[in-house]
Amino acid sequence: MSATQTAAREERVAPGEATLPGLAALLLALLVVLVMAVVASIVLGSTAIPLGDVVQVLTGHGDGVADSGIVEARVARTVVGVLVGAALAVAGAAMQGLTRNPLADPGLLGVNAGAGLAVVVAISVFGVGSLSGYVWWAMAGAGLAAVLVHALAGLAGGGSPLRLTLAGAAVAAGLASWSSGLLVSSKQSFDSFRFWQVGTIGGRGLDLVVTVLPFFAVGLVVVLLAVRRLNALALGDDLARGLGENVILARATVAVGVAVLCGASTALAGPIGFLGLVVPHVARSVVGPDHRRVIPVCLAAGPILLLAADIVGRLVARPSEVQAGIMTAVIGVPFFVVLVRRGRMASL
Amino acid sequence: MTSTTFAPTPVDGTALRARDLTLSYDGRRVVEHLDLDVPAGRITVVVGPNGCGKSTLLRGLARLLRPTEGSVHLASDGAHDDVWSLRPKGFARHVALLPQSPPVPEGITVVDLVGRGRHPHRKLVRRWSRADDEAVTRAMRATGTIELAERPVDELSGGQRQRVWIALTLAQETDVVLLDEPTTYLDLAHQVDVLDLLRDLNRSRGTTVVMVLHDLNLAARYADHVVALRDGRLVGSGAPADLVDEEFVAQVFGLRSRVITDPVTGSPLVVPTSTHHQSGATS
Amino acid sequence: MTADVLTPTGACADPRAVAAEEPADLARVVRARRRPTRRVRLVIATLAVAAVAAVLVRVLLGDYVVALTDLLPILRGEALPDAPGASFIVMEAKVPRALLGLLAGLAFGAAGAMFQTTLRNPLASPDIIGISVGASAAAVIALTFLDAQGLWLPAAALVGAVAVGLLMHAVGRGTTLAGQRMVLVGIGVAALLSSVIQFVMTRTSIQDAQAALVWLTGSLARATWPVIGMLSVAVLVLAPLLAVCARWMRLAELGDDLSATLGAPAGRARLGLVVAVALAAVATSATGPIAFVAFLAGPIARRLCGGRPSLWAAALIGAVVVVLSDFAGDYLIPDVNLPVGVVTGALGAPLMLAVVVTAGRAGKA
Repeated sequence: MSATQTAAREERVAPGEATLPGLAALLLALLVVLVMAVVASIVLGSTAIPLGDVVQVLTGHGDGVADSGIVEARVARTVVGVLVGAALAVAGAAMQGLTRNPLADPGLLGVNAGAGLAVVVAISVFGVGSLSGYVWWAMAGAGLAAVLVHALAGLAGGGSPLRLTLAGAAVAAGLASWSSGLLVSSKQSFDSFRFWQVGTIGGRGLDLVVTVLPFFAVGLVVVLLAVRRLNALALGDDLARGLGENVILARATVAVGVAVLCGASTALAGPIGFLGLVVPHVARSVVGPDHRRVIPVCLAAGPILLLAADIVGRLVARPSEVQAGIMTAVIGVPFFVVLVRRGRMASL
Repeated sequence: MTSTTFAPTPVDGTALRARDLTLSYDGRRVVEHLDLDVPAGRITVVVGPNGCGKSTLLRGLARLLRPTEGSVHLASDGAHDDVWSLRPKGFARHVALLPQSPPVPEGITVVDLVGRGRHPHRKLVRRWSRADDEAVTRAMRATGTIELAERPVDELSGGQRQRVWIALTLAQETDVVLLDEPTTYLDLAHQVDVLDLLRDLNRSRGTTVVMVLHDLNLAARYADHVVALRDGRLVGSGAPADLVDEEFVAQVFGLRSRVITDPVTGSPLVVPTSTHHQSGATS
Repeated sequence: MTADVLTPTGACADPRAVAAEEPADLARVVRARRRPTRRVRLVIATLAVAAVAAVLVRVLLGDYVVALTDLLPILRGEALPDAPGASFIVMEAKVPRALLGLLAGLAFGAAGAMFQTTLRNPLASPDIIGISVGASAAAVIALTFLDAQGLWLPAAALVGAVAVGLLMHAVGRGTTLAGQRMVLVGIGVAALLSSVIQFVMTRTSIQDAQAALVWLTGSLARATWPVIGMLSVAVLVLAPLLAVCARWMRLAELGDDLSATLGAPAGRARLGLVVAVALAAVATSATGPIAFVAFLAGPIARRLCGGRPSLWAAALIGAVVVVLSDFAGDYLIPDVNLPVGVVTGALGAPLMLAVVVTAGRAGKA
């Protein structure tokens, strides 16, 4: 179908390559929206808190405010949301660039399942029982799973989007079946795990955030420094090598960055899927395929989407809540379906 | 073996006829308002630049893509039937298509693969018959693949594999065979080999052959009838000697060239004079 | 019509026609055609014997050993004077479990092979691409929120699986590469439904959640005669349909274009998928999604049959694996009864990695 390919090639050049001032304006607009989302995330919820009270608590004059506890919890929650949203969106964009697979996502490729298995092992074998205890396990599990999927993809010779996605799904299924094998005989372990396995940004204290913060920082710096390399890798390994890129080093760097970001996010919030899929795609449709533009946009848009999902999840099921991890799946899957339906996947 | 004196079998009439044919993919028109007569018993070669709709046209003729406008008619037993009014198996007994690079089923042997071509001739309940075995043997003899019978297809070389695919198409025993770039991924010797094979089949069996070819010189050498497309529209058709000249090459491919006479076959031979595209849109 | 163009006995004046006599060529073709078939038949016969043997092992051995000579009288309903409890244990525990394992294994194996071959992808089995998760999500919701009992549970699972199947079909329809798009949609939907299942698990009591987890892992513990009856009716009805579809499957392997060219009506091959969805759904509703049986039966069968896919071999492998894994789960570790899905999952995961790698390698060609 040479006709389809040519047309696709023409269109790939076309989408609005934002000019530099255009990009700056876009980022500024996103930042404004992000600030609004942050405010909304603190103010809204099962009980709405007046903005004035929030300011009082945050400036240290909250003694008279009845809901100061709620405000503090919501602030922590919002900080988690911003960090995890940014990390997952950037990791998703980098993962898609690295694997040249438009459907790559930490959830779909088995990274979350890896974190899950590690946490299950922590709970049922080592008797770990607290969120701060899970952190290291989740991080290690997510990182190992990310490495495993990349290694498999490498062993399998790169492979098309379909193959990599299927391989990821198969790895996820395998890890999940080991998890349930461990859980099925222990009611107590399962009782702890069933709440962890639904990703949420609520209920994490700021102390936990501080523990994981360095990992976010390292991961983000690594990926941001490798942005140029991602652009080279997008052309294919051979061409990238021809352009003088050290392909193995570039791949390894980005893969490590992605693994750290996924691991830190999962450690903090539990498994949250589809955010890393949706945000980069939206970003690319606006600013074109250049990672130097896509990644900054993801950095700002990721937190917006995650906070929005979380706020909606809090509002739809008052006084209870639907966890953000569920909401991102609910938003993300229809998006994914449209992507699959519309996508010009010449080489599935 | 590349003798130039093959006389086209004198078969009259049209094997396939397209009228006002428009074909689209996912809502985008690829072939537009095309009128085409495929002469029966001849070799027709479709040429044109990349993305001009050659393969799409072939799929339309092969009843794989339903026209958004217009129709394709098949001549059989003196009548012209709209191909979409025929039953799938009935049509498959008249027209075979070899796609560009069909997937090879895992672990399949040559004989098994060629045998799949017998599907249109099989009834739901009837078992494999002697006639099927004979047809497979004929197809494999004609393509010189008997020696490969027990080999797994995925172990074959590109040239061997292409012969096996053609054998499958022949086992279908149709009077029209459509081939989408049967020479892709083959070196020049194997390209000539495959095209000689197809011409032999055409000459000995009177099979109507329609194929898409990339190489204009090979097209001019093997075609009785050339059909040129550009941007989904018919630019010209006729015998290569009448059709292919410098103006034609410029019009279809936007390429400046000299056209000389091939010293071996006497067919037109295109020699590009410049790689610079004339039609403005340089890339 | 071919007769007038082509005289029956090789009137092709092909200059490169081989010098050998045609009868010799014909004989060679016939021989070559029969050779792989013979191997597949041998494999199927061996596997059938293995399946029967596995059922016998499951019924006779274990904590409570039954002598083979006692089995027939028990099955005939005669009371055994020297072992009064034997009849009850055999007829209410051992035989139902063995039969349920056999039927579910057959169904999973056949459904998996059907999917893999029709979609031309060794990784595209119903347990990976959302069909099983669809059944599971519906069943878990029915189990925890609606307190579904008896045949309502299979019904819910069937609805869930069919809904996912329909969605996949709807998205694939009318596009190029429909098969690939279907697989991808299935994966996405599976991810969403897993989230739904996890959400449901946080909303219910730990008892219900635990029951749902056991069910989700795949277990033969709910082997009762009504469930077996339902599953055997389903298998008996759907298996012949599958046999018909298997012929289209041979064409589907050649790709959409070539199979259509050979006269398979567009999308006909996918009819086999409908049958496979039904099989997988009914089996899932009876036992839960037993991990990796559908996924691995096809590739194993392929390996045994010398590279050719065989639906029946895959079905029988599924049966053998489920029955033996259930046996192992019960007796491998003393005092611990592991659900069958834990055993197949633990064994299957490494095998699965091997399939992923080899599938990717093959896909490069």
